[in-house]
Amino acid sequence: MPNTQQLQDLTTQVRRDILRMVHKVNSGHPGGSLGCAEFLVALYQEIMDRKDTFDMDGIGEDLFFLSNGHISPVFYSVLARSGYFPVEELNTFRLINSRLQGHPTTHDGLPGVRIASGSLGQGFSVALGAAQTKKLNGDNHLVYSLHGDGELQEGQNWEGIMYAAGNNVDNIISTIDLNGQQIDGSTDTVLPMGSIRTKFEAFGWTVLDIEKGNDIDAILEGMAKAKALTGKGKPVCVLLHTVMGNGVDFMMYTHAWHGKAPNDEQLAEGLSQNAETLGDY
Amino acid sequence: MKTYTNTGNKDTRSGFGAGLTELGQTNENVVALCADLIGSLKMDDFKANHPERFFQVGIAEANMIGLAAGMTIGGKIPFTGTFANFSTGRVYDQIRQSVAYSDKNVKICASHAGLTLGEDGATHQILEDIGLMKMLPGMTVINTCDYNQTKAATIAIAKHHGPVYLRFGRPKVANFTPEDQNFEIGKAVKLTEGNDVTILATGHLVWEALEAAKTLNEKGISAEVINIHTIKPLDDKAIIDSVAKTGCVVTAEEHSVIGGLGESVARVLSQHQPTPQEFVGTKDTFGESGTADQLMEKYGLNANAIIKASELVTKRK
Repeated sequence: MPNTQQLQDLTTQVRRDILRMVHKVNSGHPGGSLGCAEFLVALYQEIMDRKDTFDMDGIGEDLFFLSNGHISPVFYSVLARSGYFPVEELNTFRLINSRLQGHPTTHDGLPGVRIASGSLGQGFSVALGAAQTKKLNGDNHLVYSLHGDGELQEGQNWEGIMYAAGNNVDNIISTIDLNGQQIDGSTDTVLPMGSIRTKFEAFGWTVLDIEKGNDIDAILEGMAKAKALTGKGKPVCVLLHTVMGNGVDFMMYTHAWHGKAPNDEQLAEGLSQNAETLGDY
Repeated sequence: MKTYTNTGNKDTRSGFGAGLTELGQTNENVVALCADLIGSLKMDDFKANHPERFFQVGIAEANMIGLAAGMTIGGKIPFTGTFANFSTGRVYDQIRQSVAYSDKNVKICASHAGLTLGEDGATHQILEDIGLMKMLPGMTVINTCDYNQTKAATIAIAKHHGPVYLRFGRPKVANFTPEDQNFEIGKAVKLTEGNDVTILATGHLVWEALEAAKTLNEKGISAEVINIHTIKPLDDKAIIDSVAKTGCVVTAEEHSVIGGLGESVARVLSQHQPTPQEFVGTKDTFGESGTADQLMEKYGLNANAIIKASELVTKRK
């Protein structure tokens, strides 16, 4: 059994990283990043079968694709703290000449990143392509992907979602960060999407919910179930119910912190709610 | 003056299909994707011979580009096939972010480019695709002139690491380049030696340029015809050297004069060898329905148009 406390401690440290990175450059996306901290920590620390070193082709290991690239702070923090690059490099987030661009890119050779993302709705297709290549290569490892819920308003997603079931791409687990928020408000007020579960099921996917998407035990249990559902002829979708801004009380349950950085006082308040565990960068 | 023989009209898209068939046999990493246009793109043979490496994606070009980008991760070399309009304008952001910015080894293969698509009309006749693709950092842009060259280019781009846009067309046109040619990306091919005017042509306009050169020769104008099959990276040296000799230039392309080969040439020459230039291409307009020949005549994209432009530009020296 994994040590949940260790994962929790890492998550707390990741939250601190996110707040400090975004605060330093007074830009970036803390809300969605905080909401996915537990998930990405669990994914990289426990769920994925990864190699210690990074190579682009990733043959013989699980792959992850971040489609909602604006949550780069949590992605960078988890990558650094999983050993892909020095944690000190988090200091360069969004600065000129940095590998840690506002949105993730392969352009500057940052280990751990296999595709640029930021312009939304492209990650399904890319992840599905990588999954198809794994099959061609006889590689039994899985492809994981993460997508925002608001992002599903982009049409390309549904081309990919339709393709996946039609072609029995059953070596992929795509997770939707179901926080119900987007830039201009709640997803229900901006563009009501109806039942996302029903839509995925209608498109031929196996769907399962992780109701407590900010609970590490629930994530581990849910993703283990998802893994058991792969290889059965259908793609697997996980609906991860998260709280945007989780772990920083004044950022929670609102779209207000989607793309806004905390000021000095807010940073201090946020950090006080998340005491240092593994050491700040 | 050197002359060329048409060994029989053939469509450039069939050259692509033949090249892809050969790649299927020689390179096991080559995979092909098509958005419901297998017959039009001549991908039937590859599909029949390598069904496990062929991916029918349906009428979903954005997904096709993303799939192709993802397939490169793990070492595959994806060739996507659809019409030029749906290969570029429809999926520009997908190409920009998932392919070009991500430096993915995807070959975007585009048929039915330009006016010669014919009767389907302006919705399908893209005349802006060279411009769209050449503006993307790191993108190689190729527009081949005949069947043999398209086949050779298809084979050559599999050996080149990086994103490539390969543009070809629908109609049967003169096939005159060597069957066994070695296609060198970025290397212009001088077809005739001349002293009075340089004609830089790409795609279907290369044969028209050769026809024009014959007539010009009879009129006492010696034309140097160069096949610019690669618009990016452009063979600056070949262009500058020729123009230094002739003192004027005509560019000819089945594309808008805005954003096409002509503007790339003008950029190079204005910097290194300022030269009078005339542009054969569409003039900020959409196309329309008609036969390929009718359209090329109406929009001024044939040998006659090149002759007129050459006569004009030689007087501007």
